[in-house]
Amino acid sequence: MAMAMAIRNAASRRTMSPISGEFGLRSMSSWWKSVEPAPKDPILGVTEAFLADPSPEKVNVGVGAYRDDNGKPVVLECVREAERRIAGTSFMEYLPMGGSAKMVEETLKLAYGDDSEFIKDKKIAAVQALSGTGACRLFADFQKRFCPGSQIYIPVPTWSNHHNIWRDAQVPQKTYHYYHPETKGLNFSGLMDDVKNAPEGSFFLLHACAHNPTGVDPTEEQWREISQLFKAKNHFPFFDMAYQGFASGDPARDAKSIRIFLEDGHHIGISQSYAKNMGLYGQRVGCLSVLCEDEKQAVAVKSQLQQLARPMYSNPPLHGAQIVSTILGDPQLKSLWLKEVKIMADRIIGMRTTLRESLEKLGSPLSWEHVTKQIGMFCYSGLTPEQVDRLTSQYHIYMTRNGRISMAGVTTGNVGYLANAIHEVSKSS
Amino acid sequence: MASSMLSLGSTSLLTREINKDKLKLGNSGSNPFLKAKSSSRVTMMTVAVKPSRFEGITMAPPDPILGVSEAFKADTNELKLNLGVGAYRTEELQPYVLNVVKKAENLMLERGDNKEYLPIEGLAAFNKATAELLFGANHPIIKEQKVATIQGLSGTGSLRLAAALIERYFPGAKVLISSPTWGNHKNIFNDAKVPWSEYRYYDPKTIGLDFEGMIADIKEAPEGSFILLHGCAHNPTGIDPTPEQWVKIADVIQEKNHIPFFDVAYQGFASGSLDEDAASVRLFAERGMEFFVAQSYSKNLGLYAERIGAINVVCSSADAATRVKSQLKRIARPMYSNPPVHGARIVANVVGDATMFNEWKAEMEMMAGRIKTVRQELYDSLVSKDKSGKDWSFILKQIGMFSFTGLNKAQSDNMTNKWHVYMTKDGRISLAGLSLAKCEYLADAIIDSYHNALLYWKTPIEL
Repeated sequence: MAMAMAIRNAASRRTMSPISGEFGLRSMSSWWKSVEPAPKDPILGVTEAFLADPSPEKVNVGVGAYRDDNGKPVVLECVREAERRIAGTSFMEYLPMGGSAKMVEETLKLAYGDDSEFIKDKKIAAVQALSGTGACRLFADFQKRFCPGSQIYIPVPTWSNHHNIWRDAQVPQKTYHYYHPETKGLNFSGLMDDVKNAPEGSFFLLHACAHNPTGVDPTEEQWREISQLFKAKNHFPFFDMAYQGFASGDPARDAKSIRIFLEDGHHIGISQSYAKNMGLYGQRVGCLSVLCEDEKQAVAVKSQLQQLARPMYSNPPLHGAQIVSTILGDPQLKSLWLKEVKIMADRIIGMRTTLRESLEKLGSPLSWEHVTKQIGMFCYSGLTPEQVDRLTSQYHIYMTRNGRISMAGVTTGNVGYLANAIHEVSKSS
Repeated sequence: MASSMLSLGSTSLLTREINKDKLKLGNSGSNPFLKAKSSSRVTMMTVAVKPSRFEGITMAPPDPILGVSEAFKADTNELKLNLGVGAYRTEELQPYVLNVVKKAENLMLERGDNKEYLPIEGLAAFNKATAELLFGANHPIIKEQKVATIQGLSGTGSLRLAAALIERYFPGAKVLISSPTWGNHKNIFNDAKVPWSEYRYYDPKTIGLDFEGMIADIKEAPEGSFILLHGCAHNPTGIDPTPEQWVKIADVIQEKNHIPFFDVAYQGFASGSLDEDAASVRLFAERGMEFFVAQSYSKNLGLYAERIGAINVVCSSADAATRVKSQLKRIARPMYSNPPVHGARIVANVVGDATMFNEWKAEMEMMAGRIKTVRQELYDSLVSKDKSGKDWSFILKQIGMFSFTGLNKAQSDNMTNKWHVYMTKDGRISLAGLSLAKCEYLADAIIDSYHNALLYWKTPIEL
């Protein structure tokens, strides 16, 4: 109290002096004149607009967060139970810079396999990260620091934040063909050509499963060919796996692409996220791993990843990591989780079928086969930005302008309305 | 053999055997794997022979603070004392989860809050609460919406967002940091590519503030530099400017058109009063200056591991604040998309409920009070045991978790090697790790190290 008063007295003495007027003037002109308002984030901006819309009919199929059939956010039962066990029991002391060792260990098992030799031999450098974004960013910074001349090849299209991440890490970007608008499927030959033509030893960003935003994944056979070509070209595969379990309902199956690459001897990097498959969105829980030649190298690489994390956030948040390790460390809870993930994946697969059937029943002149062929949370509808704008302005349906529909936001309650609106804006095209 | 295989970037001998009829090895540059429509499956474990990209990666240096804790753990002597720890401990030297935090968490559990993404800028209720705690609920700059506040990953994350903003909008501008300062400040500005230099701060002769040096160095810096200031409880020295000195610091900063940048990691934790500890920041706000403030709830709410803090940018207009906030979001999005919700909810719940808020204030007073008591006890022990007439009053003048003892490296080593007292080599001790019961022992150790270290260890004392 005394100090606050002393400062106030001292300050008021100061402002009475004639010179202070000059100071006052100078401090009023802003340092921030040149700061432009930033454009709204294309994905998160959609939710902002949705929230601001007063229409009772509004539908949010923008952001990729799962909703149940009532359109409500879901907290998994296994998560609630884990939280009950955690509450009040633990300290909140800093995690080490690399995060929760237990959580990381369980997470690696999911990606590399429960009995992975690489885990046993300690060849994987791994740290807890701030969900998928944080893992990708750590990797991008690591790539910049230790392979300074390198670029990153990013598929077209991809999650928009991938571009932001590697740009802010100052790693130059190149693109590779991925989505085929005509078939609304994979442009496999274009992809292979780009992989072949890239300089040897290039870094490639791959979506392990449930490609965001298209939902288009290579087949197993195609993954094997991609892997072989990568070997020939000595490319570095970096997998972003944000939807393990969420795509097919089976985590082992969803990690198939990664397992193929591991079998083929690649030293890969992986970003993993629990945002969707454990519904831990806001907790920001994920993991970055880099497979190294041996334990010694893994220790060195991990130490460098920690060095990058330290000046960004010092050490990662505890709560989400505790939830993950509680669930995955308990066979019953883990089994419950697997059930719940399958329920979510199945609901989405069911909605895909319903949406496609509804559009076909409406007599749409277009093919909607891709709605059920694509996989995961998102459907690349093929709608143009103008058609999307009409969906929003006329029907209060919110999605990103690339025509990406978050199937997680589709319910039995709104699928009819959605199909009708899509039909109306697209029937003349 | 090895080099030709490497130049193909290809597989082991075993795989080649399997694919023998499909491969056409040669120097034509054609890729053998593309000749086949689909390669036969490689079912064996393939050993990659190409050299690792990560060959040249060396071990990063160990963290200087963690090393102290590790050595402490390994020490079997029962008298050992860990004064390296930067986290509050009870008198029983146990970690402490505040009761009000447990209450808030139980409330959150009962309510069944969802786990949806926060917006990029974080939890609105938290942002409102944190700005009001800092400036006072009815402060004009809040009413006039002149503060851009976004939730950050504790103090570190908030500092990093600000550093990135500086790098982007003030290219070439320098940040002045105190000598010494928290070790991670340098890492943050280095990684954000913001140049920095130091201003004099700690005076080893007085074990106090080198105020003349500080003012001179701030004056000498190029106009429009950023000046990093510790709002209260300077880390690592525990030495804060007096109220009169703060006024003079504000004067010289305004004179030189510098931008103040406060790191407030101990609000409420230093004196026990949230308002008193915010006095320096509020002085600058009163001047109508534009400045940054990074906040952390690691210590004052004991939320260390939940990574909860905020970056505030005080602007001269609401329009500027809106624009600045949007650009801070643009920096955060490619770093972590949106911040973790748990710690933010705890803070918002505690601050938003009058009963819990008062409970928090009481617990904070208790924590700060324990540290003040321990300081007093240590001082009393030193004075009663040391007959040399050395002035130990700096222990009482310093504030917060840390204390710069004035011990040099040799003396600090003696503390550890002879007395099993673990501290950092710069002479910093953490009062948070000291109990009343251990004060006498610590006093003995300090007195012995100060006077006799040279005799024991035959190392020159650094002046």
